[in-house]
Amino acid sequence: MNNIAEIYETMSYGPAPEQSDYVHEWLAAHKDGFKLFIDGKWVAPKGGEKFIESHNPANGEYLGKIAVAGKEDVDAAVKAAAKAFPKWSGLSGHERAKHLYTLARLIQKTGRFFSVLETLDNGKTIRETRDIDVPLVARHFYHHAGWAQLRDEELADQEPLGVVGQVIPWNFPLLMMAWKIAPAIAAGNCVVLKPAEYTSLTALYFAELCEEAGIPAGVINIVTGAGETGSQIVNHPDIAKVAFTGSTGVGRYIREATAGSDKKLTLELGGKSPYIVFEDADLDSAVEGLVDAIWFNQGQVCCAGSRLLVEEGVAARVVEKIKARLSNFRVGDPLDKTMDMGAIVDPVQLERIADMVDKGEEEGATIWQPEFNCPDKGCYYPPTLVTDVSPCNTLVRDEIFGPVLTVMTFRTLKEAADLANNTRFGLAASIWSENINRALEISSMVKAGVVWVNTTNQFDAACGFGGYRESGFGREGGKEGMYEYMKPKGEWLGSEGNLIDAPAPNKVANDVGLKAIDQTAKNYVGGKQARPDGGNTVTVLTHDGKIAGRVGEGNRKDIRNAVEAAYKNAGWSSATAHNRAQVIYYIAENLSYREDEIIARLVTLTGVTKKAAKAEFDMSVSRLFSYGAWADKFDGMVHTPPLKNVALAVNEPIGIMGIVCPDVMPLLSFVSLVAPAIAMGNRTVVIPSQRYPLLATDFYQILETSDLPAGVINIVTGERDELAGVLAKHDQVEALWYHGSAEGSAMIEKESAANLKRTWVNNGKARDWLSSHGEGRRFLREATQVKNIWLPYGD
Amino acid sequence: MLKNNVEILHNSLPRVEGCAFHPDWVDEIKINKSAVDRRIATLNNRRTVKKEYQAAWLLKAISCIDLTTLSGDDTPGRVRRLCAKARNPVRPDILEALGFADKGLTTGAICVYHEMVETAVDALKGSGIPVAAVSTGFPAGLAPLETRLAEIRASVAAGAEEIDIVISRRHVLTGNWQALYDEVKAYREACGDAHMKAILATGQLGSITKVAKASMVCMMAGSDFIKTSTGMESVNATLPVSLVMIRMIRDFYEKTGQKVGYKPAGGIGTSKIALQYLVLIKEELGDEWLQPHMFRFGASSLLGDIERQLEHFVTGRYSAANRHPMG
Repeated sequence: MNNIAEIYETMSYGPAPEQSDYVHEWLAAHKDGFKLFIDGKWVAPKGGEKFIESHNPANGEYLGKIAVAGKEDVDAAVKAAAKAFPKWSGLSGHERAKHLYTLARLIQKTGRFFSVLETLDNGKTIRETRDIDVPLVARHFYHHAGWAQLRDEELADQEPLGVVGQVIPWNFPLLMMAWKIAPAIAAGNCVVLKPAEYTSLTALYFAELCEEAGIPAGVINIVTGAGETGSQIVNHPDIAKVAFTGSTGVGRYIREATAGSDKKLTLELGGKSPYIVFEDADLDSAVEGLVDAIWFNQGQVCCAGSRLLVEEGVAARVVEKIKARLSNFRVGDPLDKTMDMGAIVDPVQLERIADMVDKGEEEGATIWQPEFNCPDKGCYYPPTLVTDVSPCNTLVRDEIFGPVLTVMTFRTLKEAADLANNTRFGLAASIWSENINRALEISSMVKAGVVWVNTTNQFDAACGFGGYRESGFGREGGKEGMYEYMKPKGEWLGSEGNLIDAPAPNKVANDVGLKAIDQTAKNYVGGKQARPDGGNTVTVLTHDGKIAGRVGEGNRKDIRNAVEAAYKNAGWSSATAHNRAQVIYYIAENLSYREDEIIARLVTLTGVTKKAAKAEFDMSVSRLFSYGAWADKFDGMVHTPPLKNVALAVNEPIGIMGIVCPDVMPLLSFVSLVAPAIAMGNRTVVIPSQRYPLLATDFYQILETSDLPAGVINIVTGERDELAGVLAKHDQVEALWYHGSAEGSAMIEKESAANLKRTWVNNGKARDWLSSHGEGRRFLREATQVKNIWLPYGD
Repeated sequence: MLKNNVEILHNSLPRVEGCAFHPDWVDEIKINKSAVDRRIATLNNRRTVKKEYQAAWLLKAISCIDLTTLSGDDTPGRVRRLCAKARNPVRPDILEALGFADKGLTTGAICVYHEMVETAVDALKGSGIPVAAVSTGFPAGLAPLETRLAEIRASVAAGAEEIDIVISRRHVLTGNWQALYDEVKAYREACGDAHMKAILATGQLGSITKVAKASMVCMMAGSDFIKTSTGMESVNATLPVSLVMIRMIRDFYEKTGQKVGYKPAGGIGTSKIALQYLVLIKEELGDEWLQPHMFRFGASSLLGDIERQLEHFVTGRYSAANRHPMG
């Protein structure tokens, strides 16, 4: 007899398990252990029988043995990828597109299998794997099949990098794999990818599909293993780029490990994303949105809206609504189709979450959890609401990577933005308000790579995803994501000519400018000429060793003051593009008045012919015009992801940039680096050519007459690498361009790891400043970060 | 006997008294359509019921159906046949197999035009099934006010225990909330002891925010139920509109302690959609609302689909319409 009459009274939900027997059959077929997918073949790891066991976190069930790739295996994979690269990158765009299209189709055809396998391996609910992960994976391959098709047309000045090493996390195993592989191979690269040790199974099944799809051997290599395997990929000398998604700690390690290696790097790291609710929001929808924000994938989401900031007047109501919602929350078997939340990925992570919550409670937080019980067996943690906290509490500051929401209140929009930005991270933000003015105003104020207005955790292959600050750099998705897997053709010259050594000082009496009144070149800080803090100066020699003058010997305090001056002038970053253009044109105009004098200076100092000096001068004026022109033309985009929505991809200034100039063409290189930075709204601290700094100190006199607001360009002269090192170690500096030596480049990248500032270094190489490589979109991309603002609409 | 039925069904249940008109309760309403749509899109994949749970839920759905005929060619014969179906919504052998034979399962009500009320009341005598009358110049509601009020009184006098009134859409479209409140309050007074369902005709209100505001005004004016549609608009009940209306019910309950019922009507023709509605109610309002006195489906073809689903559950064979007695 059934119990229908009883259910009729209780109206409870029954079990609704997703069928999984066919996936278990696949696992059983691999019961002897999975191998590595290298060069299109399944190979056992060399050097021993080292395996990791994979378990279902929902019930501890053993799923399979994952091979641990050692050094030899990684070598073999990189070698296979390198071997496949010439042919793969040389295929026509259409041929590569067909391969990606096949993968997209196969993923759709095997979507349910992938969903079930991912749920078994990771513990996230079947609803999420089926409705979110897998469709986004297929979409990513479709979208990038398109980029493969269009690459030669749309990215004509770019070329692929070669072998790309990719290390991905356990929270979206399949999706992150797609985010990594699709753009890489669309661009023409070959990949060596390491899935996370907890969650390798879907990548291995994908490798089987690659065989079925006829992806050429070596184009996609999947090597499994733990941190050590990842480290071997990261440090492999034949890898041209590392793409990593994971913790900020490991990201920092990778930045340090790859410093000076000339490897391109993208890091998609942690977050502590604000979820801002104004009193004029649809509060019920905002509360439901939280379910998709922090209780999505058990909160194990880098962009999880983990900090609720709610306007004080509605805070109590919102908290009550959250509690009501959580009271009928369903946590349990991830394969059950009625669950809101599944299992935490591993006992280690479960313990970490519990420990952090305990710590937060010790620090004074009030912890609330709904009364229902999570299943006894398996890795479950209940949805958790944390109140009575301020930014001083661990739970507000640190990434928990679990289903834990903190609540703080704000009074005004400005305070909301201040609280939102009071973090080292800058990945995402959600804004809830029915007032479009308010929503867009705060969207422009939050430091985040992705802003969702009246929605949350939306992703699409067409819209770049990535963070500001210590949430990493680089974007995944869209055209900006494609650039991360390509490089400009012929960008750099050789190592000669970039830096110019000083000759032995010529003891002969100075015959330079004898007729002139003595000039005192100082630093230029906050719109004023400033004596160097240390009170010392250094001589500047002409190309043939004569004393041309003295400049200040800047030190760390001068850098500190310069950064402080740049920090104070935030107005430049929000000035209109037209306004910035006017200032840059005006600098060009004022520079042109001093043509004869500056050409003479170039000839005397650098020893070039007058003709060459004039060419440098003319190009400098032209370049300023170019960036005056670009200031209001490097527009963002409007994406159309597949839902009723516009996504505004806005090119925002990075903030405070350090710029370290080479010696070659000391006027033109200075202008070529500073102008794009300020055109995009950055404030700069510039270390001019160490060898010929007088061009820069001449230049500040032009700046003083050009309506440039104080603090936008700050110039500190002195020893290049010493000053650059201070900039690299300054946490307020958010990006650093360096044109010096190879050793200096390595130092910059290493020292920048602490706050993960974006760096762009020359690795000791020279650039042809007179050519097209001296200006343009390349520079503008490096001077901006893309913020994608999602605006769903409907009434 | 008629009087008796009213007592059994309604007098034991608290009425919605409504409250004074609070314009600020209307002004403060904010609805985000895209977020509402998203909630609905994901809800249908967040919850489901299978097997015996599904069967039990479908029986519950039957108990909440206002079995409806609202056609110009309605006759006493047609209405009597429908009433017979309301008394016996599912074939006895199927109920037997479900262990539900002795539960007295009926539909929630019969819903007809005024002219059919007497026939229906007579046909349902002794069943406990109330008769609902659509009223106030249904479906457009543009008859003279006195006519509309008289229609309510006439239907109540004829034995209708529930009156489904239609609001004047023009008051919503022009934002004249006071006028809407006054109108609905007048209807409520005319209803006397009969329970009143206020039909918003949501498909004609232009925006989901207007739907929410109209819901709030109708509840302040004392509606026992709020109902989406007449079934005659080009867009009738939808899940997103329902989400917004039941969230207003929740808000009104939080403000006043009064529990208003909900009735989606029009376009609910399959078991699958009916289950989605029940899930929505359970999730947003709670189990208390999953009862015929708090929730109704306005539907004519839904029952037939549920019958076939139940037979499939019992036999494992897909059923056919002609195997079930027609109403």
